[in-house]
Amino acid sequence: MSLAVTSARHLQAFLGSLGKLARSPLASVLTLVVIALALALPTALRVFVTNAQAATGNFANAVDMSVYLKTDTPLAKAQQLAQAAQQRSDVAAVTLIPADQGLQEFRNYSGFGDALTALKENPLPHVLHVRPRTAYTSGPALESLRRYFSAWPEVDLVQVDAEWVMRFNAILDLLRHLLLIAAALLGIGVLAVIGNTIRLEITGRRTEIEVTKLVGGSNSFVRRPFLYTGMLYGLGGALLAWGIVALAIVVLSEPVATLARLYGSRYVLRGPTTDDVGVLLGAGVVLGWIGAWIAAARHLRDIEPRA
Amino acid sequence: MIVFDRVSKRYGNGREALSNISFNIHNGEMVFLTGRSGAGKSTVLKLIALLERPTRGNVLVNGKNTHALKARHIPAFRRHIGIVFQDHKLLADRPVYDNVALPLAVAATPLKEIDKRVRAALDQVGLLGKERVLPQELSVGEQQRVGIARAVVSKPPLLIADEPTGNLDPDLSLEVMRLFRRFQDVGVTVVVATHDMHLVREFGQRVIVLDNGQLQGDAGDSLPSLVATR
Repeated sequence: MSLAVTSARHLQAFLGSLGKLARSPLASVLTLVVIALALALPTALRVFVTNAQAATGNFANAVDMSVYLKTDTPLAKAQQLAQAAQQRSDVAAVTLIPADQGLQEFRNYSGFGDALTALKENPLPHVLHVRPRTAYTSGPALESLRRYFSAWPEVDLVQVDAEWVMRFNAILDLLRHLLLIAAALLGIGVLAVIGNTIRLEITGRRTEIEVTKLVGGSNSFVRRPFLYTGMLYGLGGALLAWGIVALAIVVLSEPVATLARLYGSRYVLRGPTTDDVGVLLGAGVVLGWIGAWIAAARHLRDIEPRA
Repeated sequence: MIVFDRVSKRYGNGREALSNISFNIHNGEMVFLTGRSGAGKSTVLKLIALLERPTRGNVLVNGKNTHALKARHIPAFRRHIGIVFQDHKLLADRPVYDNVALPLAVAATPLKEIDKRVRAALDQVGLLGKERVLPQELSVGEQQRVGIARAVVSKPPLLIADEPTGNLDPDLSLEVMRLFRRFQDVGVTVVVATHDMHLVREFGQRVIVLDNGQLQGDAGDSLPSLVATR
């Protein structure tokens, strides 16, 4: 069979499926709405996670690490350590605060100025302020950096001032996992909805299938229009889901802007990215195809002509 | 063209529809298959079209042993057989054109070719101009002719018909049979199952008589006497 003929057949089946959807509008719309809701939920969750991350993106800069050296470490050694740390790929900046400078600041800002002059020697150690690169602010990366500093014999204590950031990142991570689970479960739901719709359609067109098989229609010929119908349901549902999410973003953009203003931010709610939409539409089409395939494989075989 | 070699068919309910039947039908022959209802006429046709498989024995169609044919090759096999049904089995929600075009569509015939052949087939059965009409808007006789057009549109070498005149009055029946003979004239092998003895006598073709699953007689033009004794 030539390519042109094959394409013509597929086009015919495709248009035929389109016509059938248009002929039973109510049932088709109900099915589409169910599919759209199932697809919109993970998409909305995805948009939420993306926004939460973007809105709090600056916080990554707030992560830093204070490395307290032992009090007997000479300043030269401290400088050497600061330089070594600076070489690491996961470190953005290292600031050395020598003990003297620390004492000076403490004297100026703490209000214990007079009491401190009574001290014979400086009780404060040299401190390295380490700011990790943005890409290395996750829990495990910070932990490995902390271990790196702790291993030095001159280091007394490493303090990570980022617990809440790590918690926040952990929450985002949890949400991402939830997103995957929701997407998987709702994807199965979409499969079931499309499969059932196709099953009903197959039952309703039993005579047509029988006659087609009687005149020599192969299983793949009989299956084709159902696969297209399933795909169209999936694609239609995905488009509708996109519309639902877009609408939700329009509705939410004003309250989000207000909230951001109250936090002194000019954050604007972002819609799904091109990639997100691509994945959404692709998932719709693929789920539709698979759902229809399963239903067709199960039910078409049962329909054999009995003249 | 068709060889039945000691064929028996027993259905799931234990009824033996055919017992040990043997006959040959040659290329280009027109054969009537007669007998009372339940005699096994339909079963013979079902075995030819591979709608059923024999319990014992071999059925050869177009030189192929149907026994060896795998399920996935059945569609291609059926495309070489035109089948006419008593209830014509037309798709009620599709116009005449679509119904007749179906055997070509399943065989992936180019659209232009489909158009040409559908018109030719409708012309042969005298229904040119009815392409856009739905089957139920046609008379019973016309519907049966649409069924025949569908059976011959892909120019199969073998045409089988199961009681094609069962719902038709004598005049229409005669007309349908003449149509079949015209196909035989151009080389198509035609097998018609019917219990209408008048029609069979009228045409004087070879007749295979079945009774209760047994072959009762197989005769050429001299048959009227055999039929008369039943």
